[in-house]
Amino acid sequence: MHIKPGEFVSVLGPNGAGKTTLLKILTLLAPPSEGQVYIDGRKASQEQLTLRKKMGVISHNTFLYANLTAYENLLFYGRMYDVPELKNRVKEVISEVGLQYSLNDPVRTFSRGMQQRLAIARAIIHNPDILFLDEPYTGLDQHAIKILNQVLSSLTNQDRTIYLITHNFEQGLNMSDRIIILVKGKIACEMPGKDLTLEDLQETYLKCVGEK
Amino acid sequence: MRFLAKIGNIVWKDLVAEFRTKEMISAMMIFSVLVIVMFAFAFKPVGDTIKAVSPGIIWVAFTFSGILGLNRSFVNEKQNETLTGLMLTPVDRTAIYFGKVITNFIIMAVTEAISLPLFFIMFDYGLAGSILHLILIIFLGTLGFVSIGTFLAALSANTRASEILLPIILFPILVPLMIGAVQSTAMIFDQKAFAEFAGWVKLLAVYDIIFLVVPFILFDYVLEV
Amino acid sequence: MLKPSKTQTLLGWVTFIVTMFALYMTFIYAPMEKVMGVVQKIFYFHVASAWNAFFAFFIVFVASIAYLLNKNEKWDTIAKVSAEIGVVFTTIVLVTGPIWGHAAWGRWWTWEPRLTTTLILWFIYLAYVLVRASSIEGEKKATMAAVFGIIGFIDVPIVFFAIRWWGSLAHPEVVTGSGGGLDPRMLHALITSVIAFTCIYFYLLTQGILIERTEARVKSIKNQLRERNN
Repeated sequence: MHIKPGEFVSVLGPNGAGKTTLLKILTLLAPPSEGQVYIDGRKASQEQLTLRKKMGVISHNTFLYANLTAYENLLFYGRMYDVPELKNRVKEVISEVGLQYSLNDPVRTFSRGMQQRLAIARAIIHNPDILFLDEPYTGLDQHAIKILNQVLSSLTNQDRTIYLITHNFEQGLNMSDRIIILVKGKIACEMPGKDLTLEDLQETYLKCVGEK
Repeated sequence: MRFLAKIGNIVWKDLVAEFRTKEMISAMMIFSVLVIVMFAFAFKPVGDTIKAVSPGIIWVAFTFSGILGLNRSFVNEKQNETLTGLMLTPVDRTAIYFGKVITNFIIMAVTEAISLPLFFIMFDYGLAGSILHLILIIFLGTLGFVSIGTFLAALSANTRASEILLPIILFPILVPLMIGAVQSTAMIFDQKAFAEFAGWVKLLAVYDIIFLVVPFILFDYVLEV
Repeated sequence: MLKPSKTQTLLGWVTFIVTMFALYMTFIYAPMEKVMGVVQKIFYFHVASAWNAFFAFFIVFVASIAYLLNKNEKWDTIAKVSAEIGVVFTTIVLVTGPIWGHAAWGRWWTWEPRLTTTLILWFIYLAYVLVRASSIEGEKKATMAAVFGIIGFIDVPIVFFAIRWWGSLAHPEVVTGSGGGLDPRMLHALITSVIAFTCIYFYLLTQGILIERTEARVKSIKNQLRERNN
């Protein structure tokens, strides 16, 4: 599997196809049973720490500490990622996700949408080159969806690489350069994302999944 | 230096969260005192009996309340899958181990610092021996406890019934530590010279080293996703 | 059931012969002890079981390290089966010990170091078995068990030294230097018993591994059928 810099890849597939497992391997949480992961031309198994700095991950779990405030959460992660001029950067990302008025509130008081917005801020605070998203739209309200899409398009404009796992065809379609369909642990089908209609995608998906 | 700073970051994060809610430390302190009180009913708290059983009571109180705190140190990280978030950050996973050990040590030390004087007050039992020696033993004993305890807490956090599993897998491993700590404490209360219980101190020190190094080597396996 | 290999069948026969010989040595060859009479003979099984209890855990230790290094399932199976056998031997030690102790000194339990260490070993085994019985999925469970196997084994010598220093009634020294305190025929019987029990251990180990592999085969066939029907 090759992903070019600046590419927006959407990954679809039925449950149990291995999308999460693949994500764990790509984000260097687990080693592959066969083969190697290379990021930026560098062997992942040997340069884990530097390569992790280049990645941000947004999952349906927020990775946020409920009893800490938004500010403390961002401070914590910012320090772990060695973000320079952290305090300013925190102000930047918190405004980008529209939570500047809740900066000092504990995360457990946030709604689901607010928590996911904070998670977005957490994921981009260190300016990652690659952003991985695992079904990020689950349970989001309209405001949060709008902000997530804004962040994604701004990142695309900055030539960041985006890897999105989703069950929602419309979102996968909107911005992708390429769509990959995973079935039973293998890449079953691939197609370019631009100029693809929703019906085409649904047809190809059903054919692709039904074949195996 | 960066590695140490990141450990410090983890400790900071855990302590801020803990002292904001104080839910764990208050439970631990209450439980520690409760255990001591239960023992007062189990053994009549008179003169010679106290002298004989107090080292044991103290360490039982410490370890039983300590286990409450240990369990929480990783179960807490299951909420919102923050443990995964931590593992994604550019730091060696052993930083998580050391950070948690330090946090658990601090919280246990605070609990001990409050429940020990309470024990002396409740039983009207003055400390005859050297306070410095006592502090040394409590330091070594607590360190050993949190080193292997944090490690096994991470292991048992992988299961659903971690509160039940942790005591069962931890206590057999703690036997040498308990023996050493209780014996030294008893000798300190008896005002014995340091040379007499130096052997136990060595045992505690060796135990601490082994059960800091081995978990350090094996910690990656315990966090496998 | 998967067929046992020729070596396994051979091992079975060897074990049988050696055990029969050991029984002969114990009950007929070795002389009757003056004080305790026939109850003393339990000593041969007690010591042989004790040796194997710790040996089995040593195998668990080695297999655990091997599993962590190359994640080959066969090491996990060896560890699992060895632990099961070890629990049995440890229990035998803990049962025969008090029986002998009562006959020899009139007390069921003394906190003497070797027996007490075996008691702690029993608890460590139990903890190991509980880790294996817990709700962790698949490969992770083998890893967790292996990690605990290593920790547990490292702890055992420390437990022994700690308990010994703690001081207690001395276990009468059975075998010292030139075997003093024991009639040489008793020593022969003892060594034969130890060898016999070790053979039993290995026999049970190979049988257990065979059973585990059969179970695994059945499971995989079931899975294949399930997938085919869907």
